[in-house]
Amino acid sequence: MQSIRKYISSAWQALFGDPVRAFGVVSLVLLLALAVTPTKEHFSQWHSYQRKYLSLIRDRGDAVSMRRRFEPGIHQIWMPELGVVDRCTTCHLGLSEASLADEHQQPFRKHPAIPHSVDGFGCVICHGGQGAATTVSEAHHSERDGEAPILPTRYIEAGCGQCHQNAMAGTPQLNLGRTMLARYGCVRCHAVTRPDGTKMMPTDHPPSLVHVADKTTREWIYSWLKDPQAYAATATMPNYKLTDQDASDISAYLISSSKPQPGDTSAASVKNASAGSATNPADGASLYGQSFCSSCHAVQNAAGNVVGGDVGPELTRIGNKVKPEWLNAWLNNPRIYDATTPMPHYRFTPRQIATLADYLHSKTDADYGANVQLAAATPQQIARGRRLIIDGGCAACHEINGVQTPQNFAPDLSTIGSKPLAQIAFLPGMEHTVSTYIVSKIRQPRAFGGAVKMPQFALSNAQTDALTTALLAQTGRSRTIPDTLRVAAAEDTNYQPAGHAGKLMTELACFSCHRINGRGGDMAPDLTYEGSSVQRQWLTDFLKNPNTLRPSLIRRMPRFNLSDSDNKELTDFMLAVYQTSAVDPDTAPSATNPPQVVEQGRQLFYSKFACQSCHIVDTKTDKGYIGPTLTQVGSRLTPAWTYAWLKNPQALRPGTAEPNQKMSDEDARALTAFLMSLKGTSGKGAKQ
Amino acid sequence: MMKRVNTEVLRSSACLALLAVVALAGCKSGTQPNAALKPTGTGAAIVETSGGHQVGATGTALKDPVVVQVNDEQGTAVPGALVQFQGPAGVSFEPAAALTDTSGQATTAVTLGGIAGRYQLTAVTPGKAKPASLDVIETALGYQQRLGAILADKYCTRCHDPESSAERVSNYDNLETKPHAFTDGNTLNKMSDADLTAIIQYGGPALKRSALMPPYEKTLSLAEVRALIAYTRALADPPYQPAGTVYAHK
Repeated sequence: MQSIRKYISSAWQALFGDPVRAFGVVSLVLLLALAVTPTKEHFSQWHSYQRKYLSLIRDRGDAVSMRRRFEPGIHQIWMPELGVVDRCTTCHLGLSEASLADEHQQPFRKHPAIPHSVDGFGCVICHGGQGAATTVSEAHHSERDGEAPILPTRYIEAGCGQCHQNAMAGTPQLNLGRTMLARYGCVRCHAVTRPDGTKMMPTDHPPSLVHVADKTTREWIYSWLKDPQAYAATATMPNYKLTDQDASDISAYLISSSKPQPGDTSAASVKNASAGSATNPADGASLYGQSFCSSCHAVQNAAGNVVGGDVGPELTRIGNKVKPEWLNAWLNNPRIYDATTPMPHYRFTPRQIATLADYLHSKTDADYGANVQLAAATPQQIARGRRLIIDGGCAACHEINGVQTPQNFAPDLSTIGSKPLAQIAFLPGMEHTVSTYIVSKIRQPRAFGGAVKMPQFALSNAQTDALTTALLAQTGRSRTIPDTLRVAAAEDTNYQPAGHAGKLMTELACFSCHRINGRGGDMAPDLTYEGSSVQRQWLTDFLKNPNTLRPSLIRRMPRFNLSDSDNKELTDFMLAVYQTSAVDPDTAPSATNPPQVVEQGRQLFYSKFACQSCHIVDTKTDKGYIGPTLTQVGSRLTPAWTYAWLKNPQALRPGTAEPNQKMSDEDARALTAFLMSLKGTSGKGAKQ
Repeated sequence: MMKRVNTEVLRSSACLALLAVVALAGCKSGTQPNAALKPTGTGAAIVETSGGHQVGATGTALKDPVVVQVNDEQGTAVPGALVQFQGPAGVSFEPAAALTDTSGQATTAVTLGGIAGRYQLTAVTPGKAKPASLDVIETALGYQQRLGAILADKYCTRCHDPESSAERVSNYDNLETKPHAFTDGNTLNKMSDADLTAIIQYGGPALKRSALMPPYEKTLSLAEVRALIAYTRALADPPYQPAGTVYAHK
């Protein structure tokens, strides 16, 4: 103790013994204190990156100009209206240096070409992370309160989705994810509101279960509930991991609550036709093909590949599912069982119905559900089934007698992409990012605890990533950006044609494949201007017997057995209503033209514009296989449409693949004259 | 005071050293051999079965897994041999090491890194005398190239790709003058970006080539044309080397 005190007093004497020495010591301490900040800055991380950058560009051919563009110090992109304070460019110095395209190490890589500039939007809007930080760990990996690590590259399209609610060509993953949110029933349980306040609406068609006992058996429902994908590999219904008892009770309630629908099972004439004589299975297969059922329905072939469309349910084991009498009634008129089905009313003859029904019933897997033996349901079971249905949220998708559609059944996901990390219960060993949380939650929802109701979806990794991308785009930031930057979602209109023709179009489910006035599918051509496009006789004939316009397509227009009066009604309506003012019959060339003009058009067709690369006008010489066959185009299209189309195809049908050839009026007239001369002969050239 | 500055120095130099290590390791971020795998066989050579030359988006998993086969000196498949998969920084394998199955094959799912370009992946098996390895090339497309891929699918590949699929029949065989496949690096690498832009925008005749190639100037924007060119450049085999300024390296 004594010695320490002695030591301190001698040190004090040594440093501050006389005023001059004291002044010197104090000055030295002050100088050192002042030097701390510059020293810290000199040895800071960003400063060393800037030195590395300078030595990187030193040896390059354009070092002088690059050196001139380099500014030392902390760089900052500040955009108050976007809430952007980004200092990323302090270290990422080569983002817009074209000649650094060959540099592969961060942080000096050139930014890949995208439609926006870094100066206009900064970095964190797309990439996430902390823009204001100036160290790698804080900027990229911070997990502190209110902060989140940067977005992994695989979900980068989520950045685009904050402003762009529409589907863009450059963001396939985001587009797929959004389609899936609507298509897989996600938005039926979870509310997802877009930044502009509109809600994402479901686009799927989960079957109503109010008459389910007409259609199928309790045993099938039981097997289906236990594992939907075991019945059909492409089933979109998720697996609720039900116990045997749960599945048994739910199926008991569904069957007991089902109310019979008159007409569902009692199509007497159909039954008689079926009973009349045995049908030929080969006829069934060919009718299935001719009716283009595979455009919408898939079937798993012997090689295990699922072939066909995904508009309707997979039919691989349809024989296990539906009752024969229901199938007959359904094929006779699907709208009796389900008024809103996307399936067209084909107007099959009783004989055709019997043939098709027998063919479909042959699609039965003897092993499927073979061991299912359910004892008759007790009232307790039925009551328990109803409670399970309410608890499980089944009625969020399916209409069920005696159960109300639940509101806000699952958490709102409108801002899930910026959910604070502190509010997320991560599993042990899980990376602390929102993206990892979402992916894990989609892949294994029940891993987050036994009380989680979310079912197990059967999704590929690419689908999970797409869904995650779409959800990560739902950020808090997207709600605060200026309205001018927002691009609204393109949603279907609720266009409904009026009158008897409108009723016919609903029955034929035209909108399942065709788009008209902003509503409908994209499998077949947009018919908004069909009335300007085609000739009356052709349309009448086509509706009667749709022949092939595009030989390379495997999805084609099916044949409906329309009556002559219905056919005329539909033709009249389409010709009168689906018109465009862009096609002007008055200024267009006439349907018949002098031979020399036709010949001039032929020359243009084959030499200058080389149309034969995609189209066939002479089946002997031409082979073009992309656009429609034109052997009879003079009987199909109107001259006014043809002329306007040649001048600018995209103006009439946005996004069509035929390029706009910048044709002069004279060339377009001559080509129209040539095309109008191609009347073909009935049947010739169409049977490619 | 000096002590604080010293820690500062130490910390930043440690950081730099660490970065350097990461950068160096980045060239070949090797995967640790899985201790749980006990090889029961040793091969002499490793060959590709499938999964090479795929094209995917940056940061995403490739559609098909990479499958390699380990053979002995006689070319017979060796089951139970250890195969390790390695790749540049950012690439991940699931699994990163595997034993060959009864048919001598090892399979891994590959996720590409965040940087667009060609990825050289390596599969290594410890041979009897020395390790045998196999290089597998995959391509990652960035935003621009992927936009090009989507546009190409709509406008170009029906003619430029001779392969037909069940969904889509190729028009290649129907054309009198055969178009070049986008992978045809020997031809396309010699054409400048300006030439490619001209032929896409103004059609074949712009370069005194076939009129079967139509003009897309009015159909595609310049950005879309650039995206298409970036896509063809990414696919080119042999790889495309941009003819830019050649820099003198010390």
